[in-house]
Amino acid sequence: MKPRHKKLLWVLGGLSLLGVATGLVLNALKSNLNYFYSPTQVSNHEAPSNRSFRLGGLVVDGSLKRQTDGLTVEFVVTDTANNIPVRYKGILPDLFKEGKSVVAQGKLDADGRFNADQVLAKHDENYMPPEAAQALEDAKKLNAGKAPKP
Amino acid sequence: MTINWFKYSSPATFYPLAGKMIPLFYALAAILTVIGLYISFFVAPTDATQGEAYRIIFIHVPAAWMSMFIYLVMAMWAGLGLVMNTRLSSIMAQALAPTGAMFTFVALITGAFWGKPTWGTWWEWDARMTSELILLFLYIGYMSLTAAIDDVRRADKAGAILALVGAVNVPIIYFSVKWWNTLHQGASVSITHAPSMAKTMLLGMLIMALAAWMYSIAVALSRARLLMLEREKSTAWAQEVLEQKS
Repeated sequence: MKPRHKKLLWVLGGLSLLGVATGLVLNALKSNLNYFYSPTQVSNHEAPSNRSFRLGGLVVDGSLKRQTDGLTVEFVVTDTANNIPVRYKGILPDLFKEGKSVVAQGKLDADGRFNADQVLAKHDENYMPPEAAQALEDAKKLNAGKAPKP
Repeated sequence: MTINWFKYSSPATFYPLAGKMIPLFYALAAILTVIGLYISFFVAPTDATQGEAYRIIFIHVPAAWMSMFIYLVMAMWAGLGLVMNTRLSSIMAQALAPTGAMFTFVALITGAFWGKPTWGTWWEWDARMTSELILLFLYIGYMSLTAAIDDVRRADKAGAILALVGAVNVPIIYFSVKWWNTLHQGASVSITHAPSMAKTMLLGMLIMALAAWMYSIAVALSRARLLMLEREKSTAWAQEVLEQKS
């Protein structure tokens, strides 16, 4: 075996070992690397109860309520299986919208409400002109009108 | 026809060849940037949810792609230098590092500028952003390590090992948005599904990516030429070049 073949084997062997090790570490850290908990995880008490964590999901359509002070808002976050009510006092990001994704940081209180001290909007990877978005929206409404709601 | 690749792995033949290629790549980079920016600003439509703020994608995504791709190419050259002991390979690896670091920095900064108006934050420690920051540290670490060791061969070897070990971070960056819950959205363009962007938006982004590619080649080649001269300054061909210049 030529020395350069031997070296190549060392490099490839080292890289594959490293790859496996990284895979195992990442797998072990799986739950710690998630940026937020879903409402289902929160309902199953997988989220920490005594310290602050992030909750991510969709804002339920029609759930946004503004208090009379103009700053406090209440809305419901869902992953379509479970719902968590959220209360937040502060300015919402521009992209915050009912039916869109959101990530809130805060704590659960005794009666299961999530008191957020930061709310971030999460957007998806779709980019389209407003006309295309309008067309999609219209098509959705048309379909919703046709099919009876489950 | 077979090409004798080893002929080009000699600095004496590669130096003049690179010199001829550099202007071509700079010219391509300039033309593609002008076309790309024109499409980005005047042809691509406004985005339905993000408005005009999304236009930072035309810088952000090409920079982020380049940051990852250059790292892989750099690790490949460094590994080749380690295994084959070819002088030019290690030079190419070192020539690519600053450009890769620059694109990583641009991706992080434009990401912050984009995050503030859309997500509502400059920075969050989610998996995508954190792993991209680690990539910047890897580039800086590679450059510092190779610069800190005076003996060129030892510097190349140490740098190659760091570059190869750091390569595991690249798939982590790329798949972070798939493997974990992140604030960062998933990939709009990938080989597994049709791009989820309007056609002109995609076109602008791809042309900008191509421009970044051309620029990277041009800059890396010029840097490689300097490194070749510096390392081989006692050889006949380098003396010849230096005499012509003075």
